[in-house]
Amino acid sequence: MPLLSVRNLSVSFGAVEAVRGISFDLERGETLALVGESGSGKSVTALSVLQLLPYPVARHGEGSSIRFEGRELVGAPDATLREVRGGRIAMVFQEPMTSLNPLHTIEKQIAETLFLHKKNITPKAARERVLELLHLVGLPEASRRLDAYPHQLSGGQRQRVMIAMALANEPDILIADEPTTALDVTIQAQILKLLKDLQARFGMALLLITHDLTIVRKTASRVCVMTQGQIVESGPVETIFEAPQHPYTRNLLNAEPAGRPEVPRIPPPVLLEANALKVWFPIRAGVLRRIVGHVKAVDGVDLKLRAGQTLGVVGESGSGKTTLGLALLRLAESTGRIVFDGVEIQAWGSGAMRPLRREMQIVFQDPFASLSPRLSISQIVEEGLKVHRIGATAEARRELIEAVLREVGLDPLAADRYPHEFSGGQRQRVAIARALVLKPRLIVLDEPTSALDMTVQRQIVELLRDLQSRYGLSYLFISHDLRVVRALASEVMVMKDGQVVEAGPAAAIFEAPRHPYTAALMAAAFDIEAVPAAEG
Amino acid sequence: MRRFRLTPLTRRRFANFAANRRGFWSLWLFLALFVLSLFAEFIANDRPLLVHYKDGWYFPVVASYPETVFGGDFPTETDYRDAFIRKSIAEAGWILWPPIPFGDQTINFDLAVPAPAPPSAVNWLGTDDQGRDVLARLIYGFRISVLFGLSLTFFSSLAGITAGAVQGYFGGLTDLVFQRVIELWSNLPILYLLIILSSIVQPNFWWLLGLMLLFSWMSLVDLVRAEFLRARNFDYIRAAKALGVSDPVIMVRHVLPNAMVSTLTFVPFILSGSITTLTSLDFLGFGLPAGSPSLGELLAQGKANLQAPWLGITAFLTLAITLSLLIFIGEAVRDAFDPRKNGGR
Repeated sequence: MPLLSVRNLSVSFGAVEAVRGISFDLERGETLALVGESGSGKSVTALSVLQLLPYPVARHGEGSSIRFEGRELVGAPDATLREVRGGRIAMVFQEPMTSLNPLHTIEKQIAETLFLHKKNITPKAARERVLELLHLVGLPEASRRLDAYPHQLSGGQRQRVMIAMALANEPDILIADEPTTALDVTIQAQILKLLKDLQARFGMALLLITHDLTIVRKTASRVCVMTQGQIVESGPVETIFEAPQHPYTRNLLNAEPAGRPEVPRIPPPVLLEANALKVWFPIRAGVLRRIVGHVKAVDGVDLKLRAGQTLGVVGESGSGKTTLGLALLRLAESTGRIVFDGVEIQAWGSGAMRPLRREMQIVFQDPFASLSPRLSISQIVEEGLKVHRIGATAEARRELIEAVLREVGLDPLAADRYPHEFSGGQRQRVAIARALVLKPRLIVLDEPTSALDMTVQRQIVELLRDLQSRYGLSYLFISHDLRVVRALASEVMVMKDGQVVEAGPAAAIFEAPRHPYTAALMAAAFDIEAVPAAEG
Repeated sequence: MRRFRLTPLTRRRFANFAANRRGFWSLWLFLALFVLSLFAEFIANDRPLLVHYKDGWYFPVVASYPETVFGGDFPTETDYRDAFIRKSIAEAGWILWPPIPFGDQTINFDLAVPAPAPPSAVNWLGTDDQGRDVLARLIYGFRISVLFGLSLTFFSSLAGITAGAVQGYFGGLTDLVFQRVIELWSNLPILYLLIILSSIVQPNFWWLLGLMLLFSWMSLVDLVRAEFLRARNFDYIRAAKALGVSDPVIMVRHVLPNAMVSTLTFVPFILSGSITTLTSLDFLGFGLPAGSPSLGELLAQGKANLQAPWLGITAFLTLAITLSLLIFIGEAVRDAFDPRKNGGR
């Protein structure tokens, strides 16, 4: 008998069917990965195992069954569920920033699970157990951190605390819902390694929910591919990766951004150059608000971006890469030299910058936040045209808008709809259209693909490459995703703590990274190898 | 006309508003009362709507005619309530009176009992202590209260939104200075200022409006400021800056629509607050000039003439109903903007 057996599970929210009759088994000690893109129903599946969905808004269909050691969990009484939750089946959530209570110390939060499931444990014994768990999950200086609050820990450390909480009662099954998505690549590798080690040690079954195929290949033994609420293919990892049967699986496996940028023999002229660029935020203290120090977001960066080329800026969160992009466009205050097309622009006022805004544009990471929710698509794209007085009449502007929408692969008929009616990938196309309609020469792309699903990511990368070759655009491509950078950038700059640790031609850096930090980043990103680098 | 097309969001909000039946009907009732009171001159007036006299048509409600026209002796404005004139017109034509043949200042000299007279067939809600018709004064008083409330709400919202927007959008030192100024300003004792003012000038509608405006604009500032502070770091604001859009345009086009949601929710409550303020000033005698029709003055009369309960009860009921209607409307507006509610369900 399998440890967990899901049969014919369906979940619907009102009229929306999120999961439609899926079945899978989980054996003791194995790792099963549920893979799918956003909206495929994988998280809903995970939550239904613990019956944590918002009932009665969510309903299970006829014949849905989830058996844990032969006991039915669907519709089980609260007492049974409470005993199973956290005791026998534990869960780790995606976002370590919000899944810990900010008002309680980490000791209190871990001990709570202990007190709930072991009635006769003494506070002293609980404290010892908490310490043991924190050592187990490799939290540095655990004994000193017992009284720490979540905000005093980094993202990776919080995720370790979450795992310690989940492990407190030595569960039989650990459900990990995108446990590393919110973390930097190097830390992601460490957390996955930790999960594997702990699983081997306790003989737990691991149900891993993820969208990242690299993680699946590295961690799981069996995999179920989900799309639109159904499992379209399942089997051992090797089989699925070597010989995918279902077209969707094949599509997903092909979704990795492919291709390499062209590198011209004669270097084209430099379009954007910066020397010793610094963005320092003052830290003030005391009654007189005197400046006692600086947060060095960008600390003396030199860069050169050639016309028609892509410069990839790579780094983990907090490395200052976004601030660098904003500073180069003069959207953040900075010191140092910025030269655009042979003209020094650092000292220019906002009025003088305005004509230049047409030449340099930006596309942001989150397509849900970067489009004004109360303007229609055509109004959003039109705004730049109006500012720069391109297109004399409304009709002329309308034609330009429709042309640019066609160019980024959107239906011009959609121009009068509002952003919330579009998917993430379509919104990102609108953001690109807004930048593109001005016919700029430089576009700063600030993580344009990281909020998108894999298959959509690939489409956007191809769109960007296509536009670059057609219009000779220069991209400053900011990303933490090395695969995308490799597919697009001809030159790469690796940033850490506001400084450039390594820069040069992309091929050279990807083949033979010289700096140990670059090497660690590569290992983590391409092989999910944990390198014993310092955790932030 | 594309610009005026309702977005799905707006449509959902209208549906939410209409789904709150109480608020929906309150709005219609309030609008009906307000529109009716705007035409108070045609409802309660001591001048007839229409006079037919010796083959001539006269409209005393909009034009003034000397007495000589109707066979009187003096070239002064006609007093249509005068028995002689009435008789003269009745002999050669007829008079069409408004439903209530009293203006707000008309004194009924034909009272059978000393003023204040109780409700009767002539004075439906009785008269006040100077023999003026209560219903007529009520209609005019309601109009002035709502107009005062509306103008105060409009101008203080305008000032408040502007100040809040500037503070929130620019932040930093601007915000800091403005906030301290507001803190100081809001601590000034407004009632004493009004008392001092009324000893220097005779406060009228505009004086009161101006003075109240000086202190009431702050209610929306914090709300709007918070919205702007939140929005100024959004990516679409940055994107607009990168396009070269100027600050005022960004504020009006991109940020303000978001701030309007919470502002609109507040407006009915500000309106009811403004009406209460005027009423209480009138009640205390620091409001509109003596003799003006007003709810507060009626309340004060009710207090001074406890033997004539129709004064106090009328004023109380009018205020209670008006304010309740506004609160119900406010609740419906709040529902309309509540993202957790789904239209009509």
